[in-house]
Amino acid sequence: MTTNAGSRPDIQSNRLAEEDYSKNFGDIHPPLNTHEALVEADRCYFCYDAPCMVACPTSIDIPMFIRQISADNPKGSAKTIFEENILGGMCARVCPTETLCEQACVREEAEGKPVKIGLLQRYATDHLLEAGDKVFERAALTGKRIAVVGAGPAGLSCAHRLAMHGHDVVIYDAHEKAGGLNEYGIAAYKSVNDFAQREVDFLLSIGGITIQNGSRLGEEISLADLRQNFDAVFLGMGLAGVNSLRAEGEDLEGVVDAVSYISDLRQSADLSKLSVGRKVAVIGGGMTAVDAAVQSKLLGADEVTILYRRGQEQMNASEYEQELAQTKGVSIRHWVKPNKLIGEDGKVVAIECEHTETKDGSLVGTGETFTLEADMVFKAIGQNFVAAPLNGSAEAIELESGRIRVDEDRRTSLGDVWAGGDCIAGGEDLTVAAVEDGKVAAEAINQVLSA
Amino acid sequence: MADISCNFLGIKSPNPYWLASAPPTDKEYNVVRAFEAGWGGVVWKTLGEGDPVVNVNGPRYGAIHGPDRRLLGLNNIELITDRSLEINLEEITRVKKNWPDRALIVSLMVPCEEQSWIDILKRVEETGCDGVELNFGCPHGMSERGMGAAVGQVPEYVEMVTRWCKTHSDLPVIVKLTPNISDVRQSARAAHRGGADAVSLINTINSIVSVDLDAMAPNPTVDGKGTHGGYCGPAVKPIALSMVSEIARDSETQGLPISGIGGVTTWRDAAEFMVLGSGSVQVCTAAMTYGFKIIEELNAGLSNWMDEKGYKTLDDFVGQAVPNVTDWQYLNLNYIAKAKIDQDACIKCGRCHIACEDTSHQAITATVDGARMFEVIDEECVGCNLCVSVCPIENCITMEQMTEGTDPRTDKPIDPSYANWTTHPNNPSAVKAAE
Repeated sequence: MTTNAGSRPDIQSNRLAEEDYSKNFGDIHPPLNTHEALVEADRCYFCYDAPCMVACPTSIDIPMFIRQISADNPKGSAKTIFEENILGGMCARVCPTETLCEQACVREEAEGKPVKIGLLQRYATDHLLEAGDKVFERAALTGKRIAVVGAGPAGLSCAHRLAMHGHDVVIYDAHEKAGGLNEYGIAAYKSVNDFAQREVDFLLSIGGITIQNGSRLGEEISLADLRQNFDAVFLGMGLAGVNSLRAEGEDLEGVVDAVSYISDLRQSADLSKLSVGRKVAVIGGGMTAVDAAVQSKLLGADEVTILYRRGQEQMNASEYEQELAQTKGVSIRHWVKPNKLIGEDGKVVAIECEHTETKDGSLVGTGETFTLEADMVFKAIGQNFVAAPLNGSAEAIELESGRIRVDEDRRTSLGDVWAGGDCIAGGEDLTVAAVEDGKVAAEAINQVLSA
Repeated sequence: MADISCNFLGIKSPNPYWLASAPPTDKEYNVVRAFEAGWGGVVWKTLGEGDPVVNVNGPRYGAIHGPDRRLLGLNNIELITDRSLEINLEEITRVKKNWPDRALIVSLMVPCEEQSWIDILKRVEETGCDGVELNFGCPHGMSERGMGAAVGQVPEYVEMVTRWCKTHSDLPVIVKLTPNISDVRQSARAAHRGGADAVSLINTINSIVSVDLDAMAPNPTVDGKGTHGGYCGPAVKPIALSMVSEIARDSETQGLPISGIGGVTTWRDAAEFMVLGSGSVQVCTAAMTYGFKIIEELNAGLSNWMDEKGYKTLDDFVGQAVPNVTDWQYLNLNYIAKAKIDQDACIKCGRCHIACEDTSHQAITATVDGARMFEVIDEECVGCNLCVSVCPIENCITMEQMTEGTDPRTDKPIDPSYANWTTHPNNPSAVKAAE
């Protein structure tokens, strides 16, 4: 792995045979068929005050939806799921179930084999989406209007719940398509067949929700205007900024922001046209790092290495995700940080790395360095909230640790503005947590508007 | 190694497992396969008189499934053999000749006329079979024609037909009883009075196994209609065990040999029938589910258990549990047990708690000091065993007898003596007796 820097950079597309693209980017967890679902559902003990339900950020009644699958009522099962989590279909695909419901499952404690809650949830929700039945009706119209900024999981969840309560909602989103990270940020093999858009269509079928694409806060729209024109505002615009490496050579060609690469990959109609390096390094330890690393490998990179400055336990990527990366042939190197990106003719060719350790509670380099060849380097060291678009137009919204401060009801320091998802402080940066934020905020908004 | 050979009414077989009268014993082909697989005997599928009966050509079976489509109960609307009497008799003769060490009993069902029984018995005797079983149990089809359960449900008919058979034949006569009655002892006593050498039970239970909610008709559905059928398989075992035990301990029928039938699937099921007084057992649904190979497990399991317990022959344990089957009124009311939860084994599913809380005695906690924990509250526990029954972990909850001290529920000291309802002060009859 440690070689002389200087072999020619080799970033190119079309590394694989055509059929390998569809094979590599097919559904990572093929859905359960009916018999498999029934067998798996029978494993559920229908626990009292079920630990899985407590572990679910959206408090889905998991034992009940599984019992409904057992009882041959997958549609009712899906309704049970959607009542608490309107994006239950995507969450079934992307939730780190191994650290949430399935970790809490008593069968995990009993035999190390939890009920496959995620796959069962997918079975039920797929069933309903395929059947196309309408399960939610709107309450009598209230005439109230709410603006939602961001058509990601938080905004969509909030909008749907508000529409259910009879309010009208306009969602403003900067992108061309709705869905937020569900559409632009999740590894392709977790959401195949354009699922994010199908789920958005299902969600919007309730009526009363309009989406204005290409509307960016601070440009086409302003918070002051929204507050003036609507009865309430919900902010769910996520994180616009990408953390920088703060290492020499960050601007070399071949050094790429992982988030935009994943987004390009998701939007690509022909994966063979997407370029990837021969030797790829990914800097970071979260889900984005794993998604970028695994997908680089699947696109045909020879060597993919994740460099993470701390140990395995500190990685934000779940143990399951780490294993997934390793089984796909990605090497993960812990306790390593990049000191300098080495370039040739303006292109990255290698990274000078340094081993790290914790000393007196802080992370320091050991002084021991090595060089890792890399013709493509992904930055996946986190994103940050860009507050500027919020301000300037009206009184400032209070922040906390760089993100929006909210109370239990997800209400911000401005009485008519609520917020949720990745843009709020203290969140978990999970799809399912964003859905819960949107739901909680919608209930609070409804309460205030109905008072 | 234990000797599992069986001698039932002088009919010998290498093991106590006979295939019950049913589709698996309808033809030489099937029976020979069963004997090759190692089955101890068969009761040949019921023969009738005259032109063969006609079966439906649509579905004959309906099923109840457990998890993963494990077959728990099977129901059928098939009739007695639909092959000619001559072919059956010819095959029976040949099979018995070729397999002299196996038990071969012939099941019979003819109208309630003495001459019919005289005629068929004569022809059956010529086959060299080991005995006959009188089918007084079939709950569907044949009963509408005055046979099967229609006979078995009237003790006088049972006695009369049994007596005819004993009068007109030297063959051992086993009377197969229907469970579709209110008190099986009445039929058993009638068979006994008629001179039966043994009874076999249970035949299938009258049932509708399920209803097709689209067709609005019972399953199995034949061209839009369904009918009640005979229920069998693991689901009926508890009913069969109880009926067997009633006959085994009844003063009139005590000692009457019993061939136990009803959901025998593993060696343990068979052993349970035998300790309640069955000298042999008959199997059908398990074979129809898994094929004849299961006989290997049935034999090996029984033999292994006998070795572990030191039983050398079947006689060493047949009927051993009968003295411990009693009437409720003789149970010891001074016996106190409390549930105990092994916290190391507990996986905290909470089913014991909610079962007790919602439906019983509020005797199991959900939390202890704010943490999720399930503990028995001895002050409330009546020792009912519901928690043990619903717990998914074996031996996690056990019933522990209290032998000393005070029962915290009643604040009464544990009384080591035996006392039952017949002498209990709350029993009006007991009070009367005391007066």
